[in-house]
Amino acid sequence: MTSSLRATMQDGLWTNNVVFSQMLALCPTMAVTTSGTNGLGMGLATTVVLVTSNMLVASIRHLVSPQVRIPIFVVLIATLVTLVDLSLNAWLHDLYKVLGLFIALIVVNCAILGRAEAFASKNSVLASAVDGLAMGLGFTAALTVIGLIRELIGSGTLFAQASLLLGPVFRFLETTVIPDYGGVLLMILPPGGFLVLGLLLAAKRAFELRPRNAKGAVSPEPTFA
Amino acid sequence: MSSRLAATREQLSYQGVSLGMMALIASAALVIASNATRLPIAAAEAHDLQTSLAQVLPAGFADNDMLADKLEISTSDGARKVIYRARKGGTISGAVFQSASRGYAGDVVVLIGVNTEGTLMGTRVIKHVETPGLGDKIELAKSKWILAFDGKSLAKLPADKWAVKKDGGVFDQFAGATITPRAVVKAVKSGLDFFATHRSEILQGDKP
Repeated sequence: MTSSLRATMQDGLWTNNVVFSQMLALCPTMAVTTSGTNGLGMGLATTVVLVTSNMLVASIRHLVSPQVRIPIFVVLIATLVTLVDLSLNAWLHDLYKVLGLFIALIVVNCAILGRAEAFASKNSVLASAVDGLAMGLGFTAALTVIGLIRELIGSGTLFAQASLLLGPVFRFLETTVIPDYGGVLLMILPPGGFLVLGLLLAAKRAFELRPRNAKGAVSPEPTFA
Repeated sequence: MSSRLAATREQLSYQGVSLGMMALIASAALVIASNATRLPIAAAEAHDLQTSLAQVLPAGFADNDMLADKLEISTSDGARKVIYRARKGGTISGAVFQSASRGYAGDVVVLIGVNTEGTLMGTRVIKHVETPGLGDKIELAKSKWILAFDGKSLAKLPADKWAVKKDGGVFDQFAGATITPRAVVKAVKSGLDFFATHRSEILQGDKP
């Protein structure tokens, strides 16, 4: 059991990463990764929704007929996101002002429905929670890396305004790498997102397909659910 | 999973009812959440508005609850504009209101604070969808550009100088972005024009 949970974890973080292997959720990926902070915020918000939706779907999986599962999952996820949106707006308003934009985008994140369908509807609540966490963190890591690269080349900063998202304690993350930098607009606009994503995909593939030494281990191919 | 449940799941009636139940539960959850959050959300939004009102007026400029002292005026194009009045010791000392103009990607909405003479006390862009990294220098968080409006008025600055430098005015444009600052200047100017037109109406303080 423990080893299968570890495999689930590795699957979400690397082997079957939402962005870099499944190539899902590209719309929010392109839209919000204009800075490392935005990527991180979107990733964390998605992780919360993904863990919750996976657990809910897993807990009702026996009751749902396969024929009507998709509409049921869609309603469930949309309701969940709306509840998160309302609660944040009411009780964590300062955080909402930073994350509010991302919450609405989570509804259209196909990765959430994808995990409900591919994993949570067939596995236990615990395993589904772990899967949601792993997929969410993998997504967060991917978004943060893309965001940081675009931000560095595009505006010459790293984690700008992170203290707005994470609290004043995290002000140390905010770095201006290149002062008085003119900026490369292309990287901030959508094409920059595609360029960075493409290069990162190529890098991941190259790493996975690198020639192995004596052990002769073959890198695992990403499995598409 | 019992075989009985598996058999039941195949029935059309079960599927229809389960969909209906899901919709019912979802609607109930949304109604409860909407009711529970309505007041906190309204309070948080009022607090936000209070904060932005305070930003466009100098500290100590007003001692009243500006949110309560609001006035609605119909503009020439039929829209209704809300004006918040600032009072000091019961006398009206200024007003705060919104103005908007079409920017590069959508409306740029500015909040304007003026004194009774129509001199700008402060200006903030409160809503825009301009290009990040280019047009967003109109936000105070990104650049001090917006502070250039402080102290300006229609009386001190002739109408043709209310433009970016490229168009012969006095306000800086940004490298690579002229449309956005142009929109802000236009929004502020039209806000001041609006105040000049309705000045007597706004300053008519019947309430203490």
